[in-house]
Amino acid sequence: MSAPIEEKPMTLKSLSHKSDILSGGHRMCSGCGAPTVVRQVMLAIDEPVVIANATGCLEVSTCLFPYTAWRVPWMHSAFENAAATASGIETMYRSLRKQGKLKKNMKFIAFGGDGGTYDIGFQALSGAMERGHQLLYICYDNGAYMNTGIQRSSATPFGADTTTCPVGSKVPGKPQRRKDLTRIMAAHNVAYAAQASPHNWKDLMTKVKKGLATNGPAYMGIMAPCNRGWRTQTNDSIQLSRLAVDTCYWPLYEVQNGKWTINYDPKDKKKPLAEWLKPQGRFKHLFAPGCEGLLDQFQQMVDGDWESLKKLQEMSKS
Amino acid sequence: MAITTTKTVAVTGNQAVAEAFRQLNPDVMPAYPITPSTGIMESFTKFVSDGKVDTETILVESEHSAMSACIGAAAAGGRVATATSSQGMALMWEMLHIASGYRLPILMALVNRALSAPLNIHGDHSDGMGMRDCSWIQLFCENAQEAYDNTIMAYRIAEHKDVRLPIAVNMDGFIISHSIESMQYITDEDVKKFVGEYLAIDPLLDIENPKSIGALVLPDYYMEHKRAQHQAMLNVKKVVQDVSAEFAKMTGRKYELFETYRLEDAEVAIVALNSAAGTIKDEIDRYREKGVKAGLLKPRMFRPFPHEEVGGALKNAKAICVMDRADSYGSYGPLFMEIASALAPFRGPVLFNKIYGLGGRDLMPLDVDQVIDETAEVAKTGKVKMLKEYITVRS
Repeated sequence: MSAPIEEKPMTLKSLSHKSDILSGGHRMCSGCGAPTVVRQVMLAIDEPVVIANATGCLEVSTCLFPYTAWRVPWMHSAFENAAATASGIETMYRSLRKQGKLKKNMKFIAFGGDGGTYDIGFQALSGAMERGHQLLYICYDNGAYMNTGIQRSSATPFGADTTTCPVGSKVPGKPQRRKDLTRIMAAHNVAYAAQASPHNWKDLMTKVKKGLATNGPAYMGIMAPCNRGWRTQTNDSIQLSRLAVDTCYWPLYEVQNGKWTINYDPKDKKKPLAEWLKPQGRFKHLFAPGCEGLLDQFQQMVDGDWESLKKLQEMSKS
Repeated sequence: MAITTTKTVAVTGNQAVAEAFRQLNPDVMPAYPITPSTGIMESFTKFVSDGKVDTETILVESEHSAMSACIGAAAAGGRVATATSSQGMALMWEMLHIASGYRLPILMALVNRALSAPLNIHGDHSDGMGMRDCSWIQLFCENAQEAYDNTIMAYRIAEHKDVRLPIAVNMDGFIISHSIESMQYITDEDVKKFVGEYLAIDPLLDIENPKSIGALVLPDYYMEHKRAQHQAMLNVKKVVQDVSAEFAKMTGRKYELFETYRLEDAEVAIVALNSAAGTIKDEIDRYREKGVKAGLLKPRMFRPFPHEEVGGALKNAKAICVMDRADSYGSYGPLFMEIASALAPFRGPVLFNKIYGLGGRDLMPLDVDQVIDETAEVAKTGKVKMLKEYITVRS
């Protein structure tokens, strides 16, 4: 199905010669993981690219009239429809190419936060993936509606304190576990689905290349720490991304042609989930006396997901 | 331009609009089926399957995504069309404002149907009136011929450099969309010549000149954008007149901003949109034979509404009944409010409002007769019994 990936060595030195597509001067918070994610994504692309962006932090902070931080064609239309908007752009491209009105080869990427992807944009995303547009949808996942002030989303981790599931004497944070969107996308039998994290730029960028080279729709979920919502320091983003992976809360894996591959298995270096939770203010209450049960419960969820992911890898080996 | 060779056919309103879509050959058509507009998409996708158009369809999972894809495709730089009705338009509503705010000349066939609840699939104008504040150009059509003709003219109006706004062509669900009428098609060649090549303005796919579309605009600039949009709406009238004049030269079929029927010397005037106008015209003829000076004004262009011209055409009537096939609950019917605004500078006619035909209820000739009788009575006495009243309804 997919075209072979060009195996040019991707080194920091070679990347340093590429120009930045997202310019400095945008208004994302200092310490935010999202612009780092976007920069890595954009550095992985060699072809002309067109971007669709859901309403959210990334959108409002990078294109505030009369300024824009984008050096490539970029479009935002609403919150729940980045995938549908991108479908329209990509289809017009195919129509004009077919009619000989457009010559250039282009790639299409849609960016959405977890609110615009897991929740309100879920239907549009599912539709676009099912229809098979030549499109890479990337969710930068910070685990809540951070743009509007840290409200809970279906990507918010179990137990997290948010402004709409605030910790109180009766409710210890978010009662539900996170929706596993990457697996749901894989269940669409998309051409490529993957999870990545900005602490491992090489893995992230390789996945972007694979997603764009594949023949059909691709989905990537990328961890994007938010120091405001997670209540951490501005220099913690990369460290927290790494811990999310090392604790197996956010495993790095990919699904292509029905084959599940875990890209990083910490094996005996797998860290307890508490190491990822502890530095985050949103989980502070889980470490209070009497909350051990909740911590155990959360650890069991993560362990269960990790084991089932390993089984999926095992089962798809042939 | 010589009057073109035309072909007389017997088709439904939906088939006529689908044929217009085929001749317009849009680059992209995102759509989601909904009664009674579904027939347009069914006929059109057959054209696609048979290779009769260049169009790429996007058979989306909802009308919200249909309009979102229209917006993406139009911004990318090409012609886009879709069709919908009722709940479909309601689900699009958020995106309708964005389509016009981004100044994208998208074409929509809106086959008018009642809004739920209660659920109903038949024709009334509550969907069309529900989008009147969305900054879309709205044309209303009495029959299949008008729906076809207005669809052929739509891109020329919407894409004009002074306009660049989306456009909706309205026809009554079932009454027009599903009834077979005799009408005339224009030849493919003439349509192609009339519509011309698409002129892309700042297309997103112009990769050498990257643009950002859809910025966040705060109080420092938001209002300037909206004022520019208002100006574009103001420019529509002349463009509609010019395009219609050119269309008349090609086909012999003349379209104004509104149609008047025996209105010039009328003392008793009726105002109504779409298919009801046919029944009303018949009854006006009968009353004229009886010596009642009755006449009709049928708006074609509802947005922008040509208040000045409509006011001028109605000012000499003694009494006017505005018939609305939709209601603005707690106020008057939407068409009544426009006519009242249009007549504000004049002291002449006495106005009143009837709500009829909701959810596809028939308007029979006898119903129209009662309205004309009452309007004639008001013209005589100058006294209105009830300013707003539902008719064709159980009490």
